[in-house]
Amino acid sequence: MANVIEVRDLLKQFNGLAAVDGISFEVAKGEFFGLLGPNGAGKTTTIRMLYGFAPPTGGSLKVFGLDMKSHWRPIKCRIGVCHQENTLDPDLTVEQNLHVYARYFSIPKKEAVRHTHELLDFFALSHKKNAKVMELSGGMARRLILARALINKPDLLILDEPTTGLDPQSRHLMWDKLTALRATGLTILMTTHYMEEASRLCDRLVIIDHGRILVDGGPAELIARHAGSSVVEIEGPDQGLRDYVKENRIEHDDLGHRLIVYIPEGVELHTTIRDRFCTDKCIFRNSTLEDVFLHMTGRELRE
Amino acid sequence: MIDWSVYSWRFLRVWERNLVVYQKIWKVSFITPLLEPLFYILAFGLGFSGLIGTVRYGGLALSYTAFIAPALIATAVMWNAFFETTYGSFVRMYYQKTFDGMLAAPISLEEIIIAEIFWSATKAVAAAAVMLLVLGGLGYVRFPLGLLLIPLALIGGLAFGAVGMFFTGIVPTIDMFNLPIFLFVTPMFLFSGTFFPVSNLPLWVQPAALAFPLYHLTELARWISLGARETPPALSMLYLLFFFLIFAILALRAMRRRLIK
Repeated sequence: MANVIEVRDLLKQFNGLAAVDGISFEVAKGEFFGLLGPNGAGKTTTIRMLYGFAPPTGGSLKVFGLDMKSHWRPIKCRIGVCHQENTLDPDLTVEQNLHVYARYFSIPKKEAVRHTHELLDFFALSHKKNAKVMELSGGMARRLILARALINKPDLLILDEPTTGLDPQSRHLMWDKLTALRATGLTILMTTHYMEEASRLCDRLVIIDHGRILVDGGPAELIARHAGSSVVEIEGPDQGLRDYVKENRIEHDDLGHRLIVYIPEGVELHTTIRDRFCTDKCIFRNSTLEDVFLHMTGRELRE
Repeated sequence: MIDWSVYSWRFLRVWERNLVVYQKIWKVSFITPLLEPLFYILAFGLGFSGLIGTVRYGGLALSYTAFIAPALIATAVMWNAFFETTYGSFVRMYYQKTFDGMLAAPISLEEIIIAEIFWSATKAVAAAAVMLLVLGGLGYVRFPLGLLLIPLALIGGLAFGAVGMFFTGIVPTIDMFNLPIFLFVTPMFLFSGTFFPVSNLPLWVQPAALAFPLYHLTELARWISLGARETPPALSMLYLLFFFLIFAILALRAMRRRLIK
């Protein structure tokens, strides 16, 4: 099967500084692909290049097998974009937002009306169709942006942080809708800060930082590879523990007041740690994608 | 090298979007062009005519109100188009992120900018049509020749819409529009042969007035309405078209530099 997205050595510089520093990846048809990374890692810049908003400084970018530079219009006709910030048209009602957006794709009026009806229904927005977009709650606005991204029945959906700022109810509703969309065979590329979201939805993901790809794989595979099968967090670790993990070459992160030990599958370390080093407080838990993320990108603040 | 793939008829879709929004408020929008000329005619007719008597222009002796009536249409074209591509477009571009939304669809930035300029000209035409109705009804415009003011409003609207868009491409904040308004539009409003003939000005400042696009628009409006003129109409028409073309190109460049990063 041909790849929907093919990115080779993609480069984007602003005033000589690389925001995206030579990344390569591909997304297969029907795949739910995640683009993860801390703030400023280059996620949004990458996405902006993928939907033809920002021209790359170097490298190649193919969508549906077509070169973005020369075929931006046919490519954009088949993409749906869900922006991070609210780009809904505040001068228009909920329904008009979809009608007018359909016209940008030259969808005939009749078809636009019918499809708008279906989408408002699917995203539980029918009762708000005559409301102004300013009157929508955060969750409803997000769903409308997603509905708008689907107005042209895209073959590729691009989501930039689709659930940032939503309450848990809205977020779960969004996940349900995205899962349903994936089940239809739609190819989806998503950026997110939420590791739970990425683990739940993505078939495959990359973590990028400083414009480069750090790791690439399925969520479970990445957790097993980089954060073991379980984690022990030891509060107030003593020198004995530090020496022990170093001598035995156990993956760990030393935060000073806290030591995080990543325990691989099939290794029995829990009892040893519990009996010998748990002086103050210890947390025993399963490894998550968040462990991988923090282990790979570090813990210092990015803003 | 010019990338022609970014220009297509799809700019009409963006124009349509503005029309959909306008349909909600058109009744309110028509009040200004309906009442504004009446206020001017009333104020200058009642207050000024005793002081001025007749104005000698292009070989005619005109009443003061007859002299300014065509200029009122020309200035309305200017204000409508200029305000639309400055404040109107800036709000859509910067505060409402409307352009960002459109750019995710198969529409280019160039098409958006062209649509915005054409939209501003459309509003200018709508205002001119209403004023034509009022001023024509009062006998200040000859018919049927006066109907040519409609296509003239389109050309004038394009010229002022383009220069407004250029300023939108370069101003850092919306407050900065004060600068082009007070340094460019207001002097033009006063010194373009609108309220007194340019031939009344000292000889050494007359060429400055000739550089103003509003001067040429007013000249053409007066020529169509009354049949009198100071400057050859073909020259004025060429000037407006040239002005539009130059500033449309500058606006496209400025907006690309501003938005495509």
